[in-house]
Amino acid sequence: MSTVEEVVAQDPVVARPPRLLARMMRQPQAKLGMVLTLVVMFLALAGPLLTPWLTGHTSTEFTGRPFTDIGIFGTDNLGRDVFSRFLDGGLRLIVYAALATALGMVVGVAVGMTAAYSGGRVDALIMRGNDVLLALPQLVFALLAITVLGPQGWVLVVVIGITHAPRIARVTRSATAAVITEDYIRASEMYAVPKWKILLTEVLPNITGPLMVELGLRMTYSIGFVAALSFLGLGMQPPTADWGLMINESRIALVVQPWGVLLPVAAIAVLTVGTNLLTDSLARASADMNVGNKK
Amino acid sequence: MIAKMITKRLLVSLVILFVVSLLVFVATLLLPGDPAQAILGQQATPERLEALREQMNLNDPVWVRYFTWIGGLFTGNLGYSAASGGPVTALLSDRIQASLVLMGLAALISIPVGIVVGTFSALKRGRAFDHAATGTTLVLASLPEFVIGIGLVALFSTSVFKILPSVTMAPPGEAVWNYPVQLVLPTITLVLVVTPYIVRMMRGTMLEVMNSGFVEMARLKGVPERQVVLRHAVPHALAPVAQVIAIQLAWMAGGVVVIEFLFRYPGIGQALVDAVNNRDVQVVQAISILIAAAYIVVNLLADLVGILTNPKLRTEKAS
Amino acid sequence: MTTNTMDHDSVASALCATDVRVQTDAGVEILHGVSFTLQPGRILALVGESGSGKTTAGLACMGHFRQGLAKGTGTVHLGDGEMGNILELPAAQLRGLRGKTISYVPQDPALSLNPSMRIGEQITETLRVHRVGATDAERRLRVTEVLAEVGLANDPAYQRRYPHQLSGGQQQRVGIAMAFACRPSVIVLDEPTTGLDVTTQAVVLRTIDELAARHQVAGLYITHDLAVVAEIADEVAVMLEGDIVEHGATDQVLFAPQHSYTRRLLAAVPDLAGKRRVGQVEAITGEQPLIVPGPHGIPDSTSTTPLVDDAKLLPGTMPRTTPADTAAETTPLLRLRDLSLSYGQHKVLDGIDFQLREGESMMLLGESGSGKTTLSRCVAGLNDAYTGSIELFGEQLATGTRSRSSEDRRRIQYVFQSPFSSLNPRRTIAESVGVPLQMSGINDKHRRRMLVLEALDQVRLGERFMDRRPGDLSGGERQRAAIARALVNAPSLLVCDEITSALDVSVQASILDLLRTLQTDHNMSMLFVTHNIALARHISQRLAVLQKGKIVDFGTTDDVLNNPQHSYTQELLANVPAFD
Repeated sequence: MSTVEEVVAQDPVVARPPRLLARMMRQPQAKLGMVLTLVVMFLALAGPLLTPWLTGHTSTEFTGRPFTDIGIFGTDNLGRDVFSRFLDGGLRLIVYAALATALGMVVGVAVGMTAAYSGGRVDALIMRGNDVLLALPQLVFALLAITVLGPQGWVLVVVIGITHAPRIARVTRSATAAVITEDYIRASEMYAVPKWKILLTEVLPNITGPLMVELGLRMTYSIGFVAALSFLGLGMQPPTADWGLMINESRIALVVQPWGVLLPVAAIAVLTVGTNLLTDSLARASADMNVGNKK
Repeated sequence: MIAKMITKRLLVSLVILFVVSLLVFVATLLLPGDPAQAILGQQATPERLEALREQMNLNDPVWVRYFTWIGGLFTGNLGYSAASGGPVTALLSDRIQASLVLMGLAALISIPVGIVVGTFSALKRGRAFDHAATGTTLVLASLPEFVIGIGLVALFSTSVFKILPSVTMAPPGEAVWNYPVQLVLPTITLVLVVTPYIVRMMRGTMLEVMNSGFVEMARLKGVPERQVVLRHAVPHALAPVAQVIAIQLAWMAGGVVVIEFLFRYPGIGQALVDAVNNRDVQVVQAISILIAAAYIVVNLLADLVGILTNPKLRTEKAS
Repeated sequence: MTTNTMDHDSVASALCATDVRVQTDAGVEILHGVSFTLQPGRILALVGESGSGKTTAGLACMGHFRQGLAKGTGTVHLGDGEMGNILELPAAQLRGLRGKTISYVPQDPALSLNPSMRIGEQITETLRVHRVGATDAERRLRVTEVLAEVGLANDPAYQRRYPHQLSGGQQQRVGIAMAFACRPSVIVLDEPTTGLDVTTQAVVLRTIDELAARHQVAGLYITHDLAVVAEIADEVAVMLEGDIVEHGATDQVLFAPQHSYTRRLLAAVPDLAGKRRVGQVEAITGEQPLIVPGPHGIPDSTSTTPLVDDAKLLPGTMPRTTPADTAAETTPLLRLRDLSLSYGQHKVLDGIDFQLREGESMMLLGESGSGKTTLSRCVAGLNDAYTGSIELFGEQLATGTRSRSSEDRRRIQYVFQSPFSSLNPRRTIAESVGVPLQMSGINDKHRRRMLVLEALDQVRLGERFMDRRPGDLSGGERQRAAIARALVNAPSLLVCDEITSALDVSVQASILDLLRTLQTDHNMSMLFVTHNIALARHISQRLAVLQKGKIVDFGTTDDVLNNPQHSYTQELLANVPAFD
């Protein structure tokens, strides 16, 4: 136990968010999550660069007959090298998921904060609009959009971002609503601080906890979502190398060529478990901190 | 007061459903090309195209087409499939049943299991059972549904056990429930996807309630622990959990698509994927609006549970 | 072991706690060996400020330790002691005692009654688990009886009500009925009147007193309120940071305190008569004492205040004039005309008229729901939904802060009730205090910092607090920082909304000190909003009593207190607990 003096003596200028991250990383499960996430991230980001050098093949090149065990993990249904396709197949998944998450966060946080802060009719209107978007399950909404616009990259990013937004807006709104009843917001109102400035300097720093948790959660979902669309054959299109698509192409031959399915499944599983472990420890750290603040 | 609240929720739900139907309908208009041409192909004669346009009401103004479509939803006429040319209703009726069976089974298992496991996990906080439950649910909640499904297939039908079929192959025209073995894996997958959220919510709410003033008071009154949990704590945890259950049931309506595709289960999800691949807009529209309606109904039910279990809403406030 | 506390009374004790120690899960001891004895029919008050461990001690008597605390050590014996040490009883036996032999009245009945169970059923449940009464019919009879005992209606329809259908006072009486239902021999009362208005508090205290005497119950009354202690307790034990520092008969402890902490605590309690001088307290919480004596200290204090040059600015020497006289003199600083505000059908403010002169302090007294906070927010421009007019130096103000001029905003400053809510936890004190400067166009960072430092010095926080965040500060320090934010722009009128109600009495005293100093040093006017009439003579020259959105009594503080015109004021004065 450190004494009060020690706590004060530690540079009090340090902003709260780093403290939140420090609290999070103190938990063993966060460390595990970090390792899992980093391993898969490294594979996915460095994979495309390493592919020809490691395996001698590109991911779309036909190296032989289907389902042979040439190469480290054999060939797939079209005779392409499984390991090359695996190394090349994570980058787009992660980039698309990250872009979709970022889009959803920006739109959702802006909308949610505006709704909570405006209150009254604006709030009601925004939230009813949200309800409409929420009434279509994310996947169905995405499928509807893909039917009309075709399975292109930007469609995936936009549609996943847009369907995340109302969910993020809901969380942001309730977090903001809790903060704006605080007297320090009233104090800023009293000093006629511009509204945008109140939102940015008074509200936003006080809802980073729930927002970062939401960010982690949405990233986990985005990864699963992009992969699921590719798995359905409606995301990334052949002959692109992609984990979701690989699972779709190889699952019929699960017995003959298990690696074509197991490698990408394992990568996706490890990645999502990793990000979710991080998110969960972040949520705990954030909850602890709120308890600490009350007293 | 309570009737007024319920009526209000009902009206809001109807408005939302109306806007969703607009959204879904407008999506069709964005589609390039002529739907009649798409169905009949490039070689179709102008006369046949004209006849089909007439049949599909394509010559009417947009708003008439919208109301014809919406009217059709109530009379059971969902339009014609661009891919098969047949009526959408006929295409979907069996599949709706099949999907409902799958989701119903999953709900029947996951709701009680989720509530019981969540409650025990909260009561045994910090003990082995709690750690196991939180750990397992955290991992399961992270995994995309198809990853869980493939994991089960790999485990039970291909490599390790080989005891359960990985695909559903009921002969056409026969009901899925005549082949219960084929239902096992899809159901378990859905259960494994849905239950963790219920468990986590139930655990969190129970922890909160068990720490509340009235639970402390019940203990200080000398009420036996079992009665504290069953009479004082659990009823208070159920309303928030009902909301999560509603969200999960609604999620199933979408998530079932991937699982049906994976197991080739003859439900609406599979039909939806096929329709998207064929750009069969009428079918996509019909399924979307059905799923949205299901979502809205389920949420309405959860709201009702919330209203009915809250004595503050049930009774007038005195003085 | 128990002899030392037994010797002064030959009656067998109802409960005897000896050397009770409690640690947190982390191993920090927060209760350091507390001992006391409860006698049948007598009430022991356990008094202390927040964090003194009084609730922990009370709950330990029932063998209950809240989350985060480890099971305590020491001994707690009931009656003849044949049950053995409560702290070592197995759970089943402990359960048999709780609610039956030793019962508990919680602090906040709104949280402690099960919101979805009818009140009759909640009382019956206690009887049922302890097998009091052979049949449900017999138990119903007992429920009817105890409800009558606590002065509530007891017809079946009333028993079928849910807690939210009762008022706060009624809920608390249900809690008391529940505690007395099994005819316990010991009852632990945990601040049962906190949050109730004084009139209801008086009724509840009377009920407790009567029942304890009638059924010869031994009471442990946990409270922070020394005035309540004087009303109800036979004996007092004063707690400080986990220790009992003084223990004795009520009269002795309150009027001849031995321990210095008790003396400081007593000195900090504001009294209605204004005989004691709150403030100039020896520092209890490290807060500074007052330099300039207050206006209503010892009666002759006005003649002994050479520290202030301009004697006529001393509030204490203000000529006692009626509002009618003052209107003729000069333009008042603040004038409210027919201020009204309604939410739908509900009239929150109903035609408020008053004025305030420069350098004058006025108390706005009212219970929750009287509209006092709404009124003060209208003045500050935080609530712009009012009709009528507010004039500052004779000029009508715009309704909301955003439409007021920067100069008007500067002149009226508002301090919020809770210092835990009024400062952004993510910003440093200097940043928060600097906001008003920034908004009135002082963009030079260096200059701003100088002014902030000056304001912090005024509230005696100083430079070392500048770069700290609210989380590192105590409640009193935070409230000082909030006051500094209001002072930084040198306002003409300071509106203080219940600013001491979230603070312990010793901290309250030091804040009162501070406000009086500021008022005399800077000739600042003040609108002091509170529910606590006992503060009146310690802070204000004038007093306005607000009830249901109307000012029902108005005049100089002395006039109103000595000669209350309205029945509501009379009732308030009759029910204020006091020890003199």
